[in-house]
Amino acid sequence: MSDATVTLVDRQDAAQALFRRKRLVSVGGPAIILLYLTYIFFAFDVMGLADRARLDNAMTLIRDTYSYKTHVTRANRTGDLTVAKESERPATYPEGQTPDWVEVAGETVTIDLPKGHSVVFLPEKTAIYRHPEFGDITAKLDPGVVIDLPESQIPDWVSYSGTRLDIRTEAGRMTMTRSKTEVFRYFLGWELFWFTLDSPYHNHSVLEVLFGPQIDPERPNIAGAWQDFWGNPLWHHGKVAWAIAETVLMAFLGTAGAALVALPLAFLAARNFTPFVVVRQLVRRVFDFVRGVDALIFTILLSRAFGPGPLTGALAILLTDSGSLGKLFSEALENVDERQIEGVSSTGAKPLQRYRFGVLPQITPVLLSQVLYYLESNTRSATIIGAITGGGIGLMLTQAIITQKDWEEVSYYIVLIVLMVIFMDWASGMLRRRLIKGKTGAY
Amino acid sequence: MTDTTQGGSPLSATQGSYMAMVRQKRLYSGIAILIFVVLLVSGFHTANARNAGGFLDGLPQIFDFPADVVSEAWDKRADMAGLLWRYLPELIETLNIAAVSTLLGAALGLLLSLLSTRGMAPWPPLIPVFRRVMDVSRALPEIVVALVLIYMLGGGPIPAMCAIALHTAGALGKLYSEVNENADLKPVDGLSSVGSTWTQQMLLGVVPQVAPNYLSYGLLRFEVNIRASAILGFVGAGGIGYELRNSMSWGPGRFDEAAAIFLLLFVTIIVVDNISSVVRNRLSEGARP
Repeated sequence: MSDATVTLVDRQDAAQALFRRKRLVSVGGPAIILLYLTYIFFAFDVMGLADRARLDNAMTLIRDTYSYKTHVTRANRTGDLTVAKESERPATYPEGQTPDWVEVAGETVTIDLPKGHSVVFLPEKTAIYRHPEFGDITAKLDPGVVIDLPESQIPDWVSYSGTRLDIRTEAGRMTMTRSKTEVFRYFLGWELFWFTLDSPYHNHSVLEVLFGPQIDPERPNIAGAWQDFWGNPLWHHGKVAWAIAETVLMAFLGTAGAALVALPLAFLAARNFTPFVVVRQLVRRVFDFVRGVDALIFTILLSRAFGPGPLTGALAILLTDSGSLGKLFSEALENVDERQIEGVSSTGAKPLQRYRFGVLPQITPVLLSQVLYYLESNTRSATIIGAITGGGIGLMLTQAIITQKDWEEVSYYIVLIVLMVIFMDWASGMLRRRLIKGKTGAY
Repeated sequence: MTDTTQGGSPLSATQGSYMAMVRQKRLYSGIAILIFVVLLVSGFHTANARNAGGFLDGLPQIFDFPADVVSEAWDKRADMAGLLWRYLPELIETLNIAAVSTLLGAALGLLLSLLSTRGMAPWPPLIPVFRRVMDVSRALPEIVVALVLIYMLGGGPIPAMCAIALHTAGALGKLYSEVNENADLKPVDGLSSVGSTWTQQMLLGVVPQVAPNYLSYGLLRFEVNIRASAILGFVGAGGIGYELRNSMSWGPGRFDEAAAIFLLLFVTIIVVDNISSVVRNRLSEGARP
């Protein structure tokens, strides 16, 4: 009896100790995390974020991703009028030709904006902004900017100094400086995504291009349209496609090369295939070393020797991943079933044949699945490495962001990158299922 | 008997069809290997042609730069300890970025995975929506988000942290939802029968079952995120990567700094990899019955 009570008391003590420990962990764990996050809050200066954040940058970025603006500009010295989308040269309307919302009558230009707003450029460096509710704002260059408002109070959507007038409404924007008077009208979408203004196919529908009469006398419709689309001087579709191909190529070459390098080395690092401890440890340390050096450092080192480009990126991925894949492969090799190898060697197979028929069929599904997984993940890495070594879509993206001008191109590249990664994800998943199922089905 | 001698026996017919199958299989795998080799070779040719410097021209120079760095670091080896000490705060910043983004990403991934696992999701019709959210956040490379956020929020660790956390949420969310699918739903049923809320069901019924796997995947992700955080620093997001780019752009004369940073980064990655692999092994042994 006393024995039973003793064990009972012991057990109760043990149970209470366990509960105390669990309580400590369930309170202490979150407390430590909270403490750490508080430290980070101050270390990263989250409070200062409000000062550093540039909300106007965010607004430009968001607006540019879904809309573009057409500039109507009058140079105040010469009186020349230009109409251009996003003020890009290939997107400038030819002289004497304007969109239908701009009406030119001698020196008077009437620009219709949405919601009943309009702007009139008059002779003698004068412009009128017609606001349907507020009234007309007249601005004249004489020699600074002089304005005339229907009310004495300047509204908050007009910013005015003696040399510069800036009117921003929900319908558009007008600026006047000594050098030029400019009106922006915003449109939904990406400008001239298919054809630029100088292409004969601009403003023709798909059906007209495919089945209509020949538009350009020099070229057949489909070939000409493809030429103009592919070489679009604003969007560079051809170059972008090459960049995407380069990125995928980097990922493919890096992964496939790494797998080819890692496979033979993995045999040397596996306990059941290499009895020599020294060799095994040496190969394993080599794997650890190349994994530890990391793609970033390899990229920097290799770009010194080979210069920027896709080959450098591919080699950086190859080196890093031969370490990771080598480690995974050698672990897979250590888990192979010895009986199959025995079976093959009982038929008198030589060592190479033993590996080919006893080992490879066992590990192929595992290896393939890991390689395909790495291929997918390396598509992302190749984008990032491309930004460092200067190759592929990563470089185009960083350049577009650094110029801080063409945000519609940035969003175009981002969409393409996401599609590329999702496609590689899908393709590698499909291949993985197909190959591995095929293998197991054959047994 | 006569059948066998005439070669029309079931045995030889079986053998014949077996050999035909073997030949066909060999042909298919031969073609597959051929296509693979052609792709590989032509791929290397294309990459080589589009690279600034050729492979064969660059090969002899491959050790020039490492040799410069090592020799310069060796000449100034007396200062090395001081340099390592100087860059320690930057290394800690890089580690902090990785740690916080792993924590936040794991929390977000946990939530997303619970919302998108059948049997646990509080709103089953929305499961595909949450899955797509995870897909897209996983597909976005960190650098894209980081560069856009740097433009909007200015430099510093926060853009990098947000970018890595977002990617981590997608990546861990997918792994976690696979873990969740294997979890036993009986505790959830039991808890719901006594009238517990969804949060209580998840915290008390699911999380204890899956916590070891979650932790193990989280640690693996932390290893990946250290590398990502170093790379993002290189494009301007603070931490040790940023210092590395600065010391590299100075060129010869400051390579001892680059060597110190290489060393710090290398040692950190090796140490963290090894610690995390020990912890993960222990976790997976503990999880085994």
